[in-house]
Amino acid sequence: MKKHWYDYLWIFSLTYLVLGFFNILFAWLGLLCFFLPLLISLIKGTKGYCNRYCGRGQLFGLLGGRFGLSRKKDIPLWMKSKGFRYGFLVFFLTMFFLMLWNTYLVFAGAQDLKQVVTLLWTFKVPWQWAYHGTLFHEAIAQFAFGFYSVMLTSTVLGLITMILFKPRSWCVYCPMGTMTQLICKVKNR
Amino acid sequence: MCKIKKKRKAFVQQTDCVACGCCVKVCPLGAIQVVKGIMAEVNMEKCVGCGKCAKECPASVIEVREVEI
Ligand code: SF4
Ligand code: SF4
Ligand code: SF4
Repeated sequence: MKKHWYDYLWIFSLTYLVLGFFNILFAWLGLLCFFLPLLISLIKGTKGYCNRYCGRGQLFGLLGGRFGLSRKKDIPLWMKSKGFRYGFLVFFLTMFFLMLWNTYLVFAGAQDLKQVVTLLWTFKVPWQWAYHGTLFHEAIAQFAFGFYSVMLTSTVLGLITMILFKPRSWCVYCPMGTMTQLICKVKNR
Repeated sequence: MCKIKKKRKAFVQQTDCVACGCCVKVCPLGAIQVVKGIMAEVNMEKCVGCGKCAKECPASVIEVREVEI
């Protein structure tokens, strides 16, 4: 099968994760992985992002497939059930809005900037080495810390299910994947 | 005399498909497509039942079955 330029977007995803260790402000780039899938599904009514451009999916495919870091077992039934997929989407969005709220609090001056990356919505990891001040408001940095937490958390979850089940198990319950499929369902009804 | 031929084909359990497109990427014959971002569909003419898609599918919703033609 012929390789296309977009088959190498896993490099982008990997670079993104690495950059977050050096300067947290790069986390803003991750908004691309948020808006592009939604725009493609809203405008074209396809999951073109998942099917072609998603570097994260490719990264799991590569690590679990080519590098063999996966048991390649079937994902449990409950994990691919609609209840879990939609439930996880709701949970994910709730946490996302909570993150936006925290950004707002910093913006409004009601809360100080917290230089931590929160893993799995629970574990606060000190991350001050990746913050060197910003020319803009501190809220810009707060959002970066929050957004990077989301990205790193989903990568960790994806890696765990990659190892336990099939390489791209994350795609079964990925909130972006679920959301774009929902949009397509509504749009193409 | 009429001979019954058996062939292997892929079947997608479409209600549980997450439309990720992993199957599309591995099919050597381009016999499976994601339709309208909702679910994957197999082109029965093209599919040779090799099972690559079934192995790859993260949701394990593809099954290769023998069919009579
Ligand atoms: S389901 Fe998520 S991780 Fe998988 S291809 Fe789609 S956006 Fe990427
Ligand atoms: S790999 Fe499985 S879940 Fe993904 S589109 Fe193909 S049949 Fe559907
Ligand atoms: S069984 Fe083989 S030929 Fe048929 S759709 Fe799957 S990958 Fe393609």
